[in-house]
Amino acid sequence: MKEIMPETAKYEPHTVYIRPSKGLSSLNLSDLWIYRELIYFMVWRDIKVKYKQTLLGMAWAVIQPVMTMLVFTFLFDKVAKLPTDNIPYPIFSFTALLPWGLFVTALNQGSRSLVAHNNMVTKIYFPRLILPMSSVFAGLVDFAIAFVILVGLMIYYRFVPAWSLVWTLPLFLLLAIITALGVALWLSAINVQYRDVNQALPFLTQFWLFATPVAYSASVISAKWQILYSLNPMAGVVNGFRWALLGTGNGPDITLWVSVGISILIFISGLFYFRSMERTFADTI
Amino acid sequence: MTIAISVKNIGKQYKIGAAETKFRYNMLRDVIVDTVTAPVRIAKALIGKSDHRTNQNYVWALKDVSFDLEEGKVLGIVGKNGAGKSTLLKILSRVTEPTVGTVSVRGRVGSLLEVGTGFHPELSGRENIYMNGAILGMRRAEIDSKFDEIVDFSEVGQFIDTPVKRYSSGMYLRLAFAVAAHLEPEILVVDEVLAVGDAEFQKKCLGKMNDVAQQGRTVLFVSHNMSAILRLTQEAIVLQKGQMIMRAPTQEAVDYYLSSGQSQAGEKFWSAEDVSVANAEFTPISLKVKERSGKVVDTIRSTEPVMLEFEYQLNTSITGLRVGLYISTMRGEYIFTSFDTDDASLYEKFDTRSAGRYVSRVEIPADIFNEGRYMVGVNASSFGVKRYFMDENALAFNVDISGAPGTQWGEPRVGPVRPRLNWKIEKIDN
Repeated sequence: MKEIMPETAKYEPHTVYIRPSKGLSSLNLSDLWIYRELIYFMVWRDIKVKYKQTLLGMAWAVIQPVMTMLVFTFLFDKVAKLPTDNIPYPIFSFTALLPWGLFVTALNQGSRSLVAHNNMVTKIYFPRLILPMSSVFAGLVDFAIAFVILVGLMIYYRFVPAWSLVWTLPLFLLLAIITALGVALWLSAINVQYRDVNQALPFLTQFWLFATPVAYSASVISAKWQILYSLNPMAGVVNGFRWALLGTGNGPDITLWVSVGISILIFISGLFYFRSMERTFADTI
Repeated sequence: MTIAISVKNIGKQYKIGAAETKFRYNMLRDVIVDTVTAPVRIAKALIGKSDHRTNQNYVWALKDVSFDLEEGKVLGIVGKNGAGKSTLLKILSRVTEPTVGTVSVRGRVGSLLEVGTGFHPELSGRENIYMNGAILGMRRAEIDSKFDEIVDFSEVGQFIDTPVKRYSSGMYLRLAFAVAAHLEPEILVVDEVLAVGDAEFQKKCLGKMNDVAQQGRTVLFVSHNMSAILRLTQEAIVLQKGQMIMRAPTQEAVDYYLSSGQSQAGEKFWSAEDVSVANAEFTPISLKVKERSGKVVDTIRSTEPVMLEFEYQLNTSITGLRVGLYISTMRGEYIFTSFDTDDASLYEKFDTRSAGRYVSRVEIPADIFNEGRYMVGVNASSFGVKRYFMDENALAFNVDISGAPGTQWGEPRVGPVRPRLNWKIEKIDN
């Protein structure tokens, strides 16, 4: 009996064409897929290296939001006595500090990622999108650690959230990530050419904090300004977190959809801007 | 044969210095000013008064370079600093885009442009191997399977779990090279990595490169080390000022490259820029190759003596000065060295040379050189005190062997010297 030999699968290398790209270059997401392991390694490295040679190590991921919460509690609850929709202020502010912390870390690390890794950018090829992306994802670990603290706080205050948070919270988390990534794409690409971004970041972060209902409740904004207010996508994220975890506010309404729209707009435009600038990164960085 | 790399008319333009363009400063402020004045500039450009693209502040680092490279071939790239070698490799490895032209590359390109990219000092050797491997485009399974081999190759064995910031620079480089060397791309791009580590490790690296070439991979190899180029490649291209001026068998390309910067006329004159300010005592003027009649020549006959004349100016009196010549082959192997005060009586007579203009002249007897091209280097120094001037590649000359011993057979003879020796043939038995 003749056995049929399986034909040896011959590996056929694919051909890459290198030419000057014109106009809006394609997103080339297939390359991103090929290099997916690099995203994993970059995130893993960022996490691993972040707290190396520190005395307190991972505890910093707890100390930072907790200290901010304590300061906020003193200033805005004890001194200013801001209304919190009848929620204990520590939980009220911590719920907002979670996504805010994620956003700020992602914004700062992501925007500086290309310049910080300029030796990689000028020496080897890989999809540059990986750098801001992995900076943003690395922030998720700090988020997860801080989330444990929130659970602790809720137990302490005997606060029982609605079950719906199982699916609503991930969606708002996704919105926070998309917003952070969108802004980081814009700023990291601009930063390659104009280091002004480095100077502007601390100011931008501070300004953005005041424009977002982290320390105060969004309900203090009068109704006619709500739509304008929601142009800040982080307002939608923070309100969403409070709604999902604490049940405050109206839940998804027109202001949320405005925030979502703006967020997606920033993300998509950031993606295209990044890609169109990508070809000059190695030359201008 | 399949073409692995096909380069078609690629060019890369860079801006240099203070160009009058909107990229002049990396400051937002200037862009704002620039944006305001944009209509004027656009109008000017439209009527053809100024086109910043053709502005002289742009320079072509690479221009009109085209070549095809078949799969499994090893191609050397030689050229001076700034000739465009690195730019070419950067385009091929997709780090930067060409300004014009296209390249098609069949298969994965691994580059050894810069080993250790992405190494993090806080991570251990083990962690950096994975990290660096991923950056170079290796999959995790691939790294797993080669891990032991990489560690062996790098010789860092017992320190593999130590953060690399504690490594010596040699260990660091060896580990970095080991990862890159175990990447198995279809096309390997190597740039000047052989300067890494000690002699033994270098030998290992060259061996590894040889293996890669033997496995039928396509290799592009850039180096200033001509003997490495000659050993590893059969064919080479010569880049000069961004243009490809030659593609030839390596020996020919290397000979051309080594002599291309030199005068073809058998004489060389130095100008003020060639002399460093620190050595103001000594000013070289000229070096000439002359045949017996006194005529300056580029090609000498092996069967006739040749005169080398080095003219120079001393701006102050110098004690213990010796002016000398190095003669070497184009591959950089020295044939001999000789100084003007080698003779003890001359050494005493010229113990101190007063300021003034001098010529040191030497006659190299007939029947010394074999056929080929040779390099003359000059050196002026006081032994153990100071080197006033040195130019290792001052000028090159050709040697014509007509009439030299053994030419009746018309076959090339190995070795750079072709002495006329007195053979005796005796019959000692029947």
